[in-house]
Amino acid sequence: MVRFVREDLLKQLPAMVQPESCTEVLSHEPGRMVSQGAILTNSRWMATLGVLSLTAIAVGLICLHFGAQPIAYGEVLRALFDTVSLKDSTDKTSDIAKTILLQVRLPRILLGFLVGCSLASVGVALQALLRNPLADPYVLGVSSGAALGAAVGILFGVGTTFLAETALPACGFAGGLLALLVIYRMAATYGQLPIHSLLLTGVILNAIFSALIMFITSILEPNRSYGMMAWLMGTLTAPTYGSLGALIIYLSIGLFLLFRHMRVLNILALGEESARTLGIDTEQAKRSLFVLTALVTGAVVSVSGMIGFIGMVVPHAVRLVIGADHRLLLPASALVGGTFLMGADTVARTLIAPTEIPVGIITALAGGPFFVYLLLWRKDRLA
Amino acid sequence: MSGTSQHRAIGMMSSDSIPLLVQAHAYDIQSVRFRYQSKESPAARWILDNISFHVQEGEVLGVVGPNGSGKTSLLKVLARLMTPQQGRINLFGQDLSVKAQREVACVVGVVPQDSQMLFPFTVAESVLMGRFPHQSRDRWIGGFGWESREDLAIVEQSMMTMDIVHLAHRSVTDLSGGERQRTVIARALAQTPKVLLLDEPTAFLDLQHQVEICSVLRRLRDEGGLTVVLVSHDLNLVSQYCDRILLLDRGQIVRLGGPDEVIEPEVLESVYRCRVLVDRHPSTGLPRITLPGRQLSGEN
Repeated sequence: MVRFVREDLLKQLPAMVQPESCTEVLSHEPGRMVSQGAILTNSRWMATLGVLSLTAIAVGLICLHFGAQPIAYGEVLRALFDTVSLKDSTDKTSDIAKTILLQVRLPRILLGFLVGCSLASVGVALQALLRNPLADPYVLGVSSGAALGAAVGILFGVGTTFLAETALPACGFAGGLLALLVIYRMAATYGQLPIHSLLLTGVILNAIFSALIMFITSILEPNRSYGMMAWLMGTLTAPTYGSLGALIIYLSIGLFLLFRHMRVLNILALGEESARTLGIDTEQAKRSLFVLTALVTGAVVSVSGMIGFIGMVVPHAVRLVIGADHRLLLPASALVGGTFLMGADTVARTLIAPTEIPVGIITALAGGPFFVYLLLWRKDRLA
Repeated sequence: MSGTSQHRAIGMMSSDSIPLLVQAHAYDIQSVRFRYQSKESPAARWILDNISFHVQEGEVLGVVGPNGSGKTSLLKVLARLMTPQQGRINLFGQDLSVKAQREVACVVGVVPQDSQMLFPFTVAESVLMGRFPHQSRDRWIGGFGWESREDLAIVEQSMMTMDIVHLAHRSVTDLSGGERQRTVIARALAQTPKVLLLDEPTAFLDLQHQVEICSVLRRLRDEGGLTVVLVSHDLNLVSQYCDRILLLDRGQIVRLGGPDEVIEPEVLESVYRCRVLVDRHPSTGLPRITLPGRQLSGEN
């Protein structure tokens, strides 16, 4: 028998069913829909995220194995255990391998995971916010706005290297916020962003920001401008643990606050008016979500350049499999995005080793055709 | 028949001219004026022009009028989606404009005109969102948390009411117009509202579902004391199912009263600017509207 916590609510129940079926409903466990898998449950949430986390760890280990010189899995595991247990290695020959693993590959893989996580999460948030499944920081021009911010920062010597400084994410944040302000104006004018205005806004913003970035690149000295070009194309370089830590601080604040909006995103995805009738202060929710997406995108772009399409492809694919509830969609997309970028980066650094391809090229080659597919054959899903 | 006469009696006595029968007001609308303001036209015409009326608690009020008469705007003002420039609206005696959106959502459920479904939420998930305004903030501080058994029971009940339990696991993007509409109404019912505002709830529905939804609304009113404000183009439907009817034209109230007082040929002809025939519904005896139709012996 169901015990209602509040008797007054019981009285408010739409008393529609016949008395017999009413007692039937109230005497069984409320949860028929749960067994049908119609709603998200705690166990499905745990199971999905558990599997995805294990997959992420497994892919991470595989990525540690691959490289210009493959390192045996046994050695990978031993090196990791030694580090965790602070044990000094006695074997001289494995020292080089260990250095490669811990100083080069591991930080880069962690960076790839963080960047992928963040881009996918931002993609999920923007899609719900703009009610458009094609929204993505790269397509919308938020990434190039952030890149412009970071480039301006570099021009004025905010960072002597691209990674070591913690101020660059702030520059990227400012640039990303600028781009989002323009998009916000567009969205405010139209209520929701229809697909064509969304794409046009992105094209225009991307064109303006790229022109400015090109200008900055052209007035830098040649060797710095080469580095900037490589960064813009989307590259993950092995960071020091110090700069990785700085990035983690930025991202964990941004992502934590973003994840606090999971249920709000559910309601916002219904459309602004419906969201308001369900009790959400939409203006305030939109403002904080725009600022948070700009914060996360800015931090990510300032370290990895413009890695495209993860924010669009990953949430889309994940949504097809696990459904639209953002309480699961957001963390699951984050894990899948991180795993995907770790893998893509491993391909980028091993495909024609020792030469590395910018990982942005790999993700664009994977994501671009998917984008075209959506535009051509899945128009029905695109508002 | 006794039920019908009872409805008609309520329709009669609820007009404002009988002060002795003190009924609680769900809404008090006092001299409300509303217009859409923009930079281009700062002095646009009033969409709602000096409107005053009451919505009695536990009545089904139909709002009718020609296109552009301000029906939908009135509903949005009542739902606090838009704020009138002048006048005052009280919801159960309290000023609507100072209430938080969330407080309003706990009392007022809204079924909008068309609800686009873009993301593949399941029907059950979609209805569960109706519990959002009631869920306490502390428990969900992480943007996260599970529905209580109480929430699930209420959601299941509203789904049974709207006959969509069998659709629970279907994606809302794959529903037919009628199924989608019933899902949206179920979501509004899951808010356990005291007032339900509906904008053209039967627009996409076939006959069976039109009748079903209207009877459901009546039963919710009879058994649960629900107050219903229903905007519709369908004068016949409004005449058969509403206790009182509010007839709007160009932002002003033309008539407010029971079906017999509002559904009159002269009134309708002056508002809609076309000829209509009004007779009696064969079984309920309530007024019935028919278009004049073509001349059978005409030129074609």
